[in-house]
Amino acid sequence: MAYFIQLAFAGIAQGCIYALIGLGFTIIFKASEVINFAQGELLLVGAYIVSSGVFEWHLPFLLALLLGIAVTVIIGLLFERIVLRRMIGRPVFSILMITIGLDIVLRTAVIMGWGSNPIPAASPFTITSGFITGGVHFGANDLWTIAVTIVLCAALFYFFRYTKYGLAMRATALDQEAALAVGINIRTVYALAWGIAAAIATIGGVFLAIDSFAINPTFGNAALIAFPAIILGGIDSVSGAVVGGIIIGVITELTAGYESGVANILGAGIHEITPYLIMILILLIRPYGLFGTRKVERI
Amino acid sequence: MSVTAAKKNTQTGVQPPRPLKNISRWLALGVGILVVIVFFTFASEDWFTIVNFTLIAAIASLALNVLSGYAGQVSLGISFFMAIGAYTAALLGGTPPTSPLDPLGFGLSFFIWIPAAGIVAALVGALIGPTALRLRGFYLAIVTLALVFIGQYLFMNMRGITGGPQGRTFPTPAFGAFPLNQQNELFGVALTPGQQNFLLFGIILLLAALFVGNVMRSRAGRAFRAVRDHEVGAAVMGVNLFEAKMGAFILSSFLAGIAGALFASYISYVTPDYWSLTLAIQFVAAIIVGGVASIWGSILGAAFVFGLPQVIDYFSLLPTNTTGGLTSGNLNALIYGLLIIVFLLFEPGGVIGLVRRCQALMRKFSHHDEREGGEPAEIVDLSP
Repeated sequence: MAYFIQLAFAGIAQGCIYALIGLGFTIIFKASEVINFAQGELLLVGAYIVSSGVFEWHLPFLLALLLGIAVTVIIGLLFERIVLRRMIGRPVFSILMITIGLDIVLRTAVIMGWGSNPIPAASPFTITSGFITGGVHFGANDLWTIAVTIVLCAALFYFFRYTKYGLAMRATALDQEAALAVGINIRTVYALAWGIAAAIATIGGVFLAIDSFAINPTFGNAALIAFPAIILGGIDSVSGAVVGGIIIGVITELTAGYESGVANILGAGIHEITPYLIMILILLIRPYGLFGTRKVERI
Repeated sequence: MSVTAAKKNTQTGVQPPRPLKNISRWLALGVGILVVIVFFTFASEDWFTIVNFTLIAAIASLALNVLSGYAGQVSLGISFFMAIGAYTAALLGGTPPTSPLDPLGFGLSFFIWIPAAGIVAALVGALIGPTALRLRGFYLAIVTLALVFIGQYLFMNMRGITGGPQGRTFPTPAFGAFPLNQQNELFGVALTPGQQNFLLFGIILLLAALFVGNVMRSRAGRAFRAVRDHEVGAAVMGVNLFEAKMGAFILSSFLAGIAGALFASYISYVTPDYWSLTLAIQFVAAIIVGGVASIWGSILGAAFVFGLPQVIDYFSLLPTNTTGGLTSGNLNALIYGLLIIVFLLFEPGGVIGLVRRCQALMRKFSHHDEREGGEPAEIVDLSP
């Protein structure tokens, strides 16, 4: 039982990271109907800068984190301003591919800047910190991940619900033209969406890095596991991203923990593809996800 | 009477044959053939390796262009279908195992395993298509991306066919008792392995390009493009959306399977992680840089994304260490990442789009007095 709880706890923490990454996708999608394939690389750049900040430039962890957030936010804003704004109204294929272009550029820049060997992750905690109850180790890192996710979600909820710009973002998501007509500045909304998404990506990236102790240039692929999470939750739903992320995280950890029992039937590494299998299932039976808006296709 | 009728015809838009254009076409073809012959006779084996890889990559780019360029269905999963083709080839054509740990192989002839690679990939495509093609846009992109990961898991675990994480050897194309990885004589001329493979891949690419070109000029090809440009519009005009998408998906999988088999057989030893998302994205980069929905675009794009880094390596223009800095692979990735962005922003037609634009400009200058500018002005005397 302790093993199960341990796995479930690790899964929830892991799921919170997926949720943070997924939130980035969701916010950009809600504002501009763009799926940002470069989200994983924003996360990568953020994690590298935080790590360098701590180990090479000897900054305190929080300052390094702020620096990482600042850099990724600037990248996100520049990309939105210079590139994506010219792509409004172009086919989905083009917009998708242009974010993949950014993905390739950022990843290559990281490899050129830091090399392709893993570097240690900056962490304010040690592995053993945290506490043990009933044979289950609640690591400080995992607890912090969960706490930060909760705080961020509450902040986002407050922002979307009660602030002027949150309302503007919701209005833009609902109907761009109508939002323009009532005097909402859509440019600010897009910039805001990219800024928030980039900042959340860095925070998610730092927790993911702490979780895996080291980072290398393939680290950004973790963002690809957030796809199943947001599709499960509903691509345009903020709470969906969180619930989807946690479900995917828990299922992945549980499969990873118990798969050795069935390894001779299923082989090794089934937990790496369970998120995708769940996603395909969801797309077949409920393509708009658990909390997503059911889109009406007009003919 | 007949003279005036003919004159009228030329004026109202029926194009008269333009000998100059035909001559320039023949000239271009002649120069092209000459370049190929010169290359074929004088190039070193290293150059053949570079060009041969580019030829295979061009087949796979063509495959992706059928699905994403002509039919507009975004796919990040081309490497999965290439892997299916490659492992079919390995299973059918590989050497029979000598110990129980070796991966399987039936040792069949090249003429069986190469079409089989395409056919099995097409069958898998036909199996997956109905599920995947219900989705569009980025949903389809994400599902095809999932396919790559699911594929890698399967290939890692199906040791009997793929050799598991250690990988396996792939069969070499052989005509009867003449395998292409050693020197053979053709009509009394000794040919190096590079030259033989060049001929083989060149012919397969030529056939694939002619086939795709003809399909795209047919009813099916027009249906593909109609689906890409406007699904509802296409359906209203009587295009069966499902049939058109499936057609494109199956044709694309078929070509990808053949390209995968050739790739693996030319490298001769491949581990499952070769068939990665990165590979798939490289082909996406190739068709965007080269030219979406264009056959020459596929070939040029493949040359750019797959040929260029090897050329840079060949001349060792840049250091080849793997710890970072400006290596040829990094430089190339950086360039094609930037080029994806630049081309999509300014010239969505890719290099071929640029070429066409230049041609249109040239035509405007050279045929200015004949064709452009509409009807000659008519002078009407208004004075009484």
